[in-house]
Amino acid sequence: MKNFSNLYIFGFASVLVIVVAALLSFVSEGLKPLQERNVEIEKKLDILRSVDMTAGIDEAENKPAFIEEMFAKNISESYVINANGDLLEGRDAFAIAKALKAEMQQPIETRGLPIFVANNPETGTKYIIPVLGKGLWGPIWGYVALNDDYTTLYGTVFAHSKETPGLGAEINTDWFMAAFKGKKIFDEEGNFTSITVVKSGADPNDPHGVDAISGGTITSKALEEMLRDCLNPYVNYFKKQMN
Amino acid sequence: MEPLFSTKNLKLLKEPLNDNNPITVQVLGICSALAITVQLKPSIVMALSVLVVLAISNVVISLLRKMIPPRIRIIVQLVVIAAMVILVDEVLQAYAYDVSKQLSVFVGLIITNCIIMGRLEAFAMANKPWPAFLDGIGNAAGYGVILIIVAFFRELLGSGTIYGLQVIPDSFYEAGYANNGLMILPPMALVVVGLIIWIQRGKNQKLIEEN
Repeated sequence: MKNFSNLYIFGFASVLVIVVAALLSFVSEGLKPLQERNVEIEKKLDILRSVDMTAGIDEAENKPAFIEEMFAKNISESYVINANGDLLEGRDAFAIAKALKAEMQQPIETRGLPIFVANNPETGTKYIIPVLGKGLWGPIWGYVALNDDYTTLYGTVFAHSKETPGLGAEINTDWFMAAFKGKKIFDEEGNFTSITVVKSGADPNDPHGVDAISGGTITSKALEEMLRDCLNPYVNYFKKQMN
Repeated sequence: MEPLFSTKNLKLLKEPLNDNNPITVQVLGICSALAITVQLKPSIVMALSVLVVLAISNVVISLLRKMIPPRIRIIVQLVVIAAMVILVDEVLQAYAYDVSKQLSVFVGLIITNCIIMGRLEAFAMANKPWPAFLDGIGNAAGYGVILIIVAFFRELLGSGTIYGLQVIPDSFYEAGYANNGLMILPPMALVVVGLIIWIQRGKNQKLIEEN
C-alpha cells in the first residue's frame, strides 16, 4: 500500500470538501428559482383543491400557467386579520401563506392571519385558512376551507414533506381528507372545538371527529394539534363575523 | 484492451441480480427495503435514485482510487455518496417535484444504504471506472428488483392497489374480502423478503450450502 504523508491527507481532504461544497452550492443556487416556483404553484393548487376548483387541471398542457390562471380567477379576495379579529391593512395574504412558519413564530398579538376567499357560483363563498404543524419527521401543512357559516368544513387539503409513505403520508390521500367534509369546528353553544382525530375510529355522527390512520398515530395526532393551534387564533374573527 | 461488454464485465451486471443479490444473498440494504415498499411507486423511484447514486459514486471513487489516502478512504467515500444524494434530491425537487415529495425522507437515507458504501469499498476502490460503473448498475438493479417485488405484494395485499390503481374489484370487498392491514406494517416486508430468499435458495443450486 502506498504511503501518504499527513500533509497530503490534509490537503486531499480539504480539496475534496471544497470541491464538493462548491458544486453543491452552485447546483442549489442554480435550481432555486425552479424549486421555489414549484412550491408556489403547489400552494396555489392546494388552495384551489381545498375548494374543489381544479376542474380541467389534468387536461391542461401547461399546468403551472393553468394553475396561475385558475387561482387569479377563482380566489376573488384575500386579506390578513389579527387575533382580535381586526383587519390588517397593507399585508399580502399569499406572501404570509408562503412563509407561514416565520409568521407563526411571531407573538400572537402581532401575527398576521391570512384568509383567502373563493367565490364558487354553485356552492357559495368559502374561506380558506392555511395551517402548518409538526409531523413525525418534518412539517405538515394544509388548507382548510370553511363554509360561510364559519363553522362547517367545506374541504381540506393536507400535505407533508417527510411522513412515512403508506402510514403518516396517508394524510394527503383523498379518503382521509374527504372525512373532514361537513365536520364542524364550533359546537352548538358556539365554543371552539376544532376537529379530533379518533384512533379507534370516530362515531360517524360525531360532528367534530374523524378516523385516525392506522400505523400513523403520531402524524394523526400532529394533524389534530395543527388544526387546533392554527384555527384557534381565528376564533375571535369568526365569532365577530357570525354575529 | 478488452471489449466493453466482455464476459467478465457482463458478469458484473448479472451476478447481483441473482447469485449475489445485495438484499437476498448479502442481506444489505434491508432497512430501506422495509421502509419504502408499502407502495410500488416510491419503490420504483427509490430504485432509480439508488441506481444513479451508486453508478456515479462508483465511477467517481474508481477515478480517484489511486489518489485516496487509505487512512481516510471511508470518509472520502461518504463525502462522495452524500454529495451525489444531495445532488439527486435537488434535481428531483426542481424537475420532478411530485416524485421528490413521494420519496420524502428516503432520498436522504440513501446515504446510509450499506449497499452503496459496500460496493465503493469492495469494488470501486480496486477497479477501473467502466467495470465499477457496471458493478454499480448491476447491484442497484439487484436491489431494485427485490424492492419492486416486495412492494408489489405489499401494495396488492395491503391496499388492494397496484401503482395506486385499484385492482381488487369492489365486488370482492362487498363479498367480505378485506385488505390485510398487517401488510402495510414494516415487519411484513421482512417476511416477504424471507419468502423470496426461501424461493431463491430452493431454485438456485449455487446458493445451497453444503452441510
